[in-house]
Amino acid sequence: MPPVVLRHKDVLVIMIDQFILYALLAGLGIAITAGPLGCVVVWRRMAYFGDTLAHAALLGVVLSLALQWLPVIGVVITGLLLTVVLFWLERKQELSTDTLLGILSHSALAIGMIAIVLLQSKLPSLDVMALLFGDILAVTGQELVVLYIGVVLVLLVYARIWRDLVSLSSNEDLARIDGVNVSATRFVFMVLLAVVIAFAIKLVGVLLITAMLIIPAASARLFSHSPQQMILLSVVIAVLAVLGGLAMSLRWDLPTGPAIVLAAAILFAASRSIKSSPA
Amino acid sequence: MTVKAGTMMSDAILSADQLVFSRKGHRILDKVSVQIRASEITTLIGPNGAGKTSLVRILLGLDEPDAGSIHRLDDLRIAYVPQKVSVPQELPMRVRDLLLLSREVEYAQISEVLKELAVAHLEMKAVQQLSGGELQRVLLARALLKQPQLLVLDEPAQGLDVMGQQALYRTVAGIREQHGCAVLMVSHDLHLVMAQTDNVICLNSHVCCTGHPDDVSEHPEYIKLFGSAIDGLAVYSHHHDHEHDMHGNIIESDAAGCTSTQGCTGHHD
Repeated sequence: MPPVVLRHKDVLVIMIDQFILYALLAGLGIAITAGPLGCVVVWRRMAYFGDTLAHAALLGVVLSLALQWLPVIGVVITGLLLTVVLFWLERKQELSTDTLLGILSHSALAIGMIAIVLLQSKLPSLDVMALLFGDILAVTGQELVVLYIGVVLVLLVYARIWRDLVSLSSNEDLARIDGVNVSATRFVFMVLLAVVIAFAIKLVGVLLITAMLIIPAASARLFSHSPQQMILLSVVIAVLAVLGGLAMSLRWDLPTGPAIVLAAAILFAASRSIKSSPA
Repeated sequence: MTVKAGTMMSDAILSADQLVFSRKGHRILDKVSVQIRASEITTLIGPNGAGKTSLVRILLGLDEPDAGSIHRLDDLRIAYVPQKVSVPQELPMRVRDLLLLSREVEYAQISEVLKELAVAHLEMKAVQQLSGGELQRVLLARALLKQPQLLVLDEPAQGLDVMGQQALYRTVAGIREQHGCAVLMVSHDLHLVMAQTDNVICLNSHVCCTGHPDDVSEHPEYIKLFGSAIDGLAVYSHHHDHEHDMHGNIIESDAAGCTSTQGCTGHHD
């Protein structure tokens, strides 16, 4: 039997296959969590909060790298810190939440960027562009394992609290009287959001994460008659956006993160025009 | 004339003792004590800004009083129909989905309770598309699914015409008959609710008077608050001439003496 000789070209094909496969798996994992969480962000009009959380996540990632933690841990910690500060500022009531978020969001981003520059000499692996716009094609097998453990945990917790989240979104007073623990539910949701944001940094970067949360959910809203329908449909749309974005990125050599968000935006525009065109 | 429920203490499923509640330096509730008794209809009346909604929110546990205490029956099932509910447009929700939220229920139960309130045809309609009256009935249905021991309605008659109010009060009376729950209703206007109400609490930061509607309507503090409104109503057939004269006198003397917070109820015990 003649020995199998792998030519240079075949090796390349196998390698390409693997990193595309990894990117695809990572993208899908994030899509199936970003959809359902994004629905709640849309229902509760928290888009700006998501943005602020994502900006704060930059600092969290840098912190984790410096301390050699899993990125998720640093992001959840900065997320909690941010929420506490926001909660404390809101109690004063002179300024609207909108203004406060604007202050926190950009302060967090500025601190994160300064931290990157300060640490860059010690941490050569720090890639500013990757953090800001994502670097899904560089995802490793180990990162994938961590990601999928996270995805399963997030979905399990979400399945437990989604009814309370819907109840809270429809009317907070009624939810409270029906026995929903409002502050606990909000807190758990915030942690879930921070976890998904931590993973999504790899996919689309801190600047584009909010898009992954709200665009699929907003597109799904147009075709949904119940909260459950919207949740399921948002997953489908997020998955399509990841597939479409990856395909565009490979076909035309576009940056992957922005390509995925662009695909989501195209899907939103398409659903909008389907919805508004006379049947 | 009016009996404060000292002797009926044991019947109370929910009671508040000496509640004090202030916001922005303004005292909204001043040493308010009330009792809600099992399967009675209690109507909380008072002018705008009297603290009715604040009192209800404290009784429901949505707000904390600055002082005073609340006693609830253990595991008291309370259902609440707020004055206004607006479900955000972003949240797709049919009537059925709204009713599925409050607790584990079957579709059959939902259809049944919607039928009971004559809104079965709304089951698959989006909550955001309902009219005010429709939404109120749907929220009432949602409340009934909890099989409450106490049903709290905040200004349910607001925005309804006289026919609508009568229909609503018939519905509420029917609910009490069928489900045996106590009802606490907030109203800024007494004349239509009187027929079915067992107990009226007249609130104006403090409890002006409390008791059976007939007694309360003759109470000088009540007349001081609502007097002019009542004069314009023909519903009050029990207002005899000689009582009118008497009222005139009482308004003069009692109104002056009733500036203290507790003085009025004392006159009746």
